[in-house]
Amino acid sequence: MARAISPQRKWLTTIAAWIVAIVIFFPVLWMVITSFKTEASAVAMPPQLFTASWTTENYADVWARSDYPRFFMNSVIIAVGSTLLGLAIAIPSAWAMAFVPGKRTKDLLMWMLSTKMMPAVAVMIPLVLAFQALGLFDTRIGLVLALMLMNLPIIIWMLYTYFKEIPAEILEAARMDGAGLWNEIVYVLTPMAIPGIASTMLLNVILAWNEAFWTITLTTTKAAPLSAFIASFSAPQGLFYAKLSAASTMAILPILILGWFSQKQLVRGLTFGAVK
Amino acid sequence: MGKIQLRNVRKSFGDVHVIPGLDLDIEDGEFVVFVGPSGCGKSTLLRLIAGLEDTTSGTIEIDGKDATHLPPAKRGLAMVFQSYALYPHMTVRKNIAFPLKMAGMDKAEQDRRVERAASVLNLASYLDRRPGQLSGGQRQRVAIGRAIVREPQAFLFDEPLSNLDAALRVGMRQEISELHQSLKTTMIYVTHDQVEAMTMADKIVVLNAGNIEQVGSPLELYRNPKNTFVAGFIGSPKMNFIDGAEAAKHNAHTIGVRPEHITVGDGPWEGTVGLSEHLGSDSFIKVNVDGIGVINVRGTGELDIHHGDRIKLAPAGKIHRFDKEGLAL
Repeated sequence: MARAISPQRKWLTTIAAWIVAIVIFFPVLWMVITSFKTEASAVAMPPQLFTASWTTENYADVWARSDYPRFFMNSVIIAVGSTLLGLAIAIPSAWAMAFVPGKRTKDLLMWMLSTKMMPAVAVMIPLVLAFQALGLFDTRIGLVLALMLMNLPIIIWMLYTYFKEIPAEILEAARMDGAGLWNEIVYVLTPMAIPGIASTMLLNVILAWNEAFWTITLTTTKAAPLSAFIASFSAPQGLFYAKLSAASTMAILPILILGWFSQKQLVRGLTFGAVK
Repeated sequence: MGKIQLRNVRKSFGDVHVIPGLDLDIEDGEFVVFVGPSGCGKSTLLRLIAGLEDTTSGTIEIDGKDATHLPPAKRGLAMVFQSYALYPHMTVRKNIAFPLKMAGMDKAEQDRRVERAASVLNLASYLDRRPGQLSGGQRQRVAIGRAIVREPQAFLFDEPLSNLDAALRVGMRQEISELHQSLKTTMIYVTHDQVEAMTMADKIVVLNAGNIEQVGSPLELYRNPKNTFVAGFIGSPKMNFIDGAEAAKHNAHTIGVRPEHITVGDGPWEGTVGLSEHLGSDSFIKVNVDGIGVINVRGTGELDIHHGDRIKLAPAGKIHRFDKEGLAL
C-alpha cells in the first residue's frame, strides 16, 4: 500500500529539493553569468550577481583568440572514440563475467574497480614516458586509448550489472536455436541490454568529455580537447575571469545539452535493476 | 531420426555428484518423460542432452553419432524452456523465424515455415505482436512454434507447463500430445507432475538422486513398480505403505495398496474417518485404521462418509509386496 504523504511534507520536500538543486547548479550559473560581464565587473568586490554592463565581447574574444572548432572536434573524437572502443571491449567481457563466471570473477571485478581508487598522478610519469616512446603523446589515438583504459572498469561494471538482469535461459534458447557466440551477443544480448548500454555510453561520453587531468597531461596542441582549451585561458599574466568563464561555458555547453536531452535515459539506466 | 543413447553419463558440480552414472536408450519417435522430485537431476539430465551442460564423463549419442562434445546448435535438438525464454525485443514472427535465420535459410522459406507453424499453433493473428503482449498460454505456443520450425531430430521440454494455470495446463498438455502424434518426432519431457507423466508418456523414466529408479510405460510403472520409491511416486493419491504384522501376513517387510484399490463397506480393517474430500466424481478419505495407521482411500462417486465415522475397509486390488530394502518381491 502506498504511504500517504501530507501536503506540508510534500511542500517541505519540494523546497528542500530546490535548495539542493540550486546549491549544486549555482557554480555553473555563476560561471554563465560571469561570461557575460566585463572583466572589471567579474572581479568586482563585493561580488555582483547581476551587472549593469552586459556584454558578449568575451565570447567574440575567445572565438577570435583560439581555434575553438579544433578543440571541440578533438573532444568529440576522444569522448565518443574512447566510449565506443570501451564498449567493444566491455560488452564481451561483461558477458563472460555475467554468464560464464569463473571462481575469481568477483575478485577480478573488485580489482578492476580498485584501479579507479588509485590516484591518477601515481601513474603519470610512466604513462607519459610510455606515450612518448610509442609515439602516442599528443595524438587523438593516444587519448582515446588512455581515456578508454581509465573508464573501462566503470563501463564493465555497469554492463555487468545490466547483463545480470537478463535471464540466462534466453541466451541458452539462442544457443539452442543455432546462434554462435557472436550472433548471441549481436541479436539477443545487445538488443535486450540497449537501455543499459545507452546509459553506459552516455555516462562515459560525459566522463571522457569532462576529463581534464589526462587530457591536459598527455597533450600539447594537436590533440588538445576542450579541457585544455579552458586551461589555456589561465595565462601567466593572471586570470581573466570573464573570458575564462566564456571559454568554460563554450566547453561545457555541448555536454550540458546532451545531458539535458538524455537525462531520462541516464536516470533510467543508473537505477536499472534497483527494483524488480 | 531421433534416437538418443546415454552411456555411463555422469555429472558433478565440484564435490556434488548430481548424476552419479546413468545409461538410457530413447528410441526414435518416442515420447519420454523424466519424472522425479525436485533436485533429482531430471533437468540437469535434459541439459546434458541439450548440450547446455558438459558431461563429467560418459557419452551421449544422437542417431548413432557421438554428440558428447558438440555445442547445442549442432545437436539437431530444439528446446522449450519453463520460462518460455522468448526474445522480448522481437515480434512473434521473428521469434519463430530466429532459428531459421541462424541456419541461413532464405527469407521465403522462413516465411513459409513460420506461417505453417503459426497455423498449427493458432498463432496466425499474433505474428506481429511482441511476447509481452501475449498471455502465458500464447507465449508457450510461440516457444513451441520456435522449436517446431527447425524440424529437429528431437524436442526437449523442461517443465513447460509449470507457469500456466491449472485449466490452461490441461489444454496445453493435450496440444503437446497431439503435436507428438502428428509430428512423430522424439520428445523428451521433464516434469515433477506425475499426472503429466502418466497422461503424455510412451515411456517414463523415474529419477531419484540422479539415478534411474525404473523405466517403463506408464501402466507398467503403475502396475509393477520395482521399489517403494516408484510405487510411492507413480499414482495419485500416493500408495499406502503398511509395515509390521499386516505386512508379515503377506510374507513381506512392507506391503503397498493403492487408495483406489481399497473398498469401503466390509473388510478386515476398521478405523475412524479423519478427513473426507468430496469432488463429486471421486471421494478422498483419510482413515485412521486400528493397529495399522493412516490409510488413504479413493472411492468413486459420492460416498456418504464424514469426519468421525467408523468404517470398515478391504484391499480389493493388487497388494504390492516389498522387502526390507524396499525392492518389489
